[in-house]
Amino acid sequence: MDPRSEAPCSAGTAQDAHQAARPHAPSCTPPEVGRRAFLSNALRLSGGALVLLAGGTAFETAGATHPEEGYNWEEHRYAYLIDTSKCIGCGSCVRACRAENDVPDGFVRTWIERYVVGPEGSHVDSPKGGIDGFPPVQTSFTATKSFFVPKMCNHCKETPCIQVCPVGASYRTKDGLVLVDGERCIGCAYCVQACPYGSRFINPSTHTADKCTWCYHRITKGLKPACVEVCPTGTRQFGDMKREDDPVRKAIEGDRVAILQPHLLTEPQCYYLHLDKEVR
Amino acid sequence: MPEITGYAFPNDTYVHWSLMIVMYPYITGFVAGSFIVTSLYHLFGRAEFKPVARLSLAASFCFLLIAAMPLQLHLGHPERGIEVMITPHFTSAMAGFGILYSVYLVIVALEVWFVWRKEIIEMARASRGWRRAFYAVLALGTYDTSPEALEIDHRAITLLAGIGLPGACMLHGYVGFIFGAIKANPWWSTPLMPVIFLLSAAVSGIALLMVIYQAWSKFQRRPAEQRCVSAFARWLWFFLILTITLELLEIIVMAYENSEPWHIVSQLLTTRLEFSYLSMQMIVGGLIPLILLAVVVLLNRYLHERVRNTLSTVAALLCLVQVFSMRWNIVIGGQLLSKSLRGLRSPYSPDIFGREGVLVAIVLFLAPFALLWVFDRVLPIHPVEGGAEHEQHPPVGVEPGIPPA
Repeated sequence: MDPRSEAPCSAGTAQDAHQAARPHAPSCTPPEVGRRAFLSNALRLSGGALVLLAGGTAFETAGATHPEEGYNWEEHRYAYLIDTSKCIGCGSCVRACRAENDVPDGFVRTWIERYVVGPEGSHVDSPKGGIDGFPPVQTSFTATKSFFVPKMCNHCKETPCIQVCPVGASYRTKDGLVLVDGERCIGCAYCVQACPYGSRFINPSTHTADKCTWCYHRITKGLKPACVEVCPTGTRQFGDMKREDDPVRKAIEGDRVAILQPHLLTEPQCYYLHLDKEVR
Repeated sequence: MPEITGYAFPNDTYVHWSLMIVMYPYITGFVAGSFIVTSLYHLFGRAEFKPVARLSLAASFCFLLIAAMPLQLHLGHPERGIEVMITPHFTSAMAGFGILYSVYLVIVALEVWFVWRKEIIEMARASRGWRRAFYAVLALGTYDTSPEALEIDHRAITLLAGIGLPGACMLHGYVGFIFGAIKANPWWSTPLMPVIFLLSAAVSGIALLMVIYQAWSKFQRRPAEQRCVSAFARWLWFFLILTITLELLEIIVMAYENSEPWHIVSQLLTTRLEFSYLSMQMIVGGLIPLILLAVVVLLNRYLHERVRNTLSTVAALLCLVQVFSMRWNIVIGGQLLSKSLRGLRSPYSPDIFGREGVLVAIVLFLAPFALLWVFDRVLPIHPVEGGAEHEQHPPVGVEPGIPPA
């Protein structure tokens, strides 16, 4: 089994690790020194250097902590549903994400786009990712519709970012997320170039790739991602495709849902309701 | 903060691949192009390149030693760069770099060794003290300079050139593939990209060698061999025609199809890259050298030696500008364009100082020349009269004493 399966608390970016250490954020429980832990540490001590040279896994190099008690990533497969008709562009989600994940200034893990569309033209903007909401906008054309579209990493099944990572620092978890091992990432930014959705960036503090983790440190504890938690209109919904009674699963299976840039065949796991053709 | 025209994804406003990623294909292009020139002599028997066969091999080797430096300087964690070699993730195009680079370095180093082996042994025999020890180490314990051994050297050189040429093509085609296989970016994503990179590598390598050869000749106070200069001009013209044609085709196909990306790519070319693409890549570095080289090639027999030297050197310098502009327009241009396909960021200006700045780029460009100078001190590029192995061993297809047509 991939050793990463035992390290959900460390599987996000370095920010997540940092976040986990912050007092107000949910943190991973400290490892218990049991037989398994003892053996693991002994192995690491004896062969750690060799493993590192030979390309030890994220678990070995990241100084990973033990998983949340009782969490088994094979029992979950997460998906995200966004109903664009409900979004009011308040920016709460962007603010919550920033607070929860220590997102550096000038970058976003999630953002909101505003579309103002008419027969003669369209206007799209996202001032600071929509973190402070949206000021009124004047367009040179007659607008016939306008709407907001929240965006983030799509946690694609066939994602180019994992494909292009030269050292395997970007990886897919068994519960359906795309994460970055901040201890392994070399900061080449190839994944940033390869992501068609503009979801990734190089964190100026850690110099590694950074992106939305669907708040992996929260969801492995049974909580919702911060953006979903604070959304006042229910635009953002988070669900588990392995739970039969999950409303997100029901919506994805039963409703007419869309994904972003389907022609690229990346199989995003963020699904949209009422998505307009203007949205890329 | 950069200014945005239209709408760019919020994370798309940063140029993560900086000047170093422009320098990387530029320097690798010299490696591949120089190797093509040396192969023209060693493999294809183009005797007119004999005066530069050793120079081009040495240049290829020196540029190769520097080729990985820009990548290393670019990394967010340079100390982890070695992981690409140790733990490559093979679905990544970038992961192939370690293997391709290492294999190619071994091939070129071996070829250098075989080409200079006789002189290494002669110098080991003729010198004393640490110099003798140094050359003895370089000789790798073999002092056999019998005609049979030299014949084996000659065969090994041909074989290595035969392996090295596809190696050089792959190394540079692969650099193009890194960009061409990014489906997220319509300015990069075209199967033509590896071919364009490869052809422009040939242009830059030939142009650089032409300039070095002219400078070398001046430095050594010998006239540049006109047969060689004419051949340089001919091959440079040929590769420049192919490069420009493909670069134009890429644009024309996109425009003719009126595909979705064309709306933003056309804005990119006419606003953000107006100077570097239209002026530098296409006119100053493309059209003008095309005309100059056409004059040299088509009116060759009527040209005075000095005119031929001047025209071809100016054309070669402009070709170097063309290829640098092309690298810049691909690498930087592709990041000025947001993947929203709705916006462009303001032009990128690299830092002067700093790890990825202009000064470092200049040093990286000049470092191979310093290495070439050191190389020449250790292993003289121009052989002592009558002492070089290739004086005795003409390349395949060239009969000794009979100049080819």
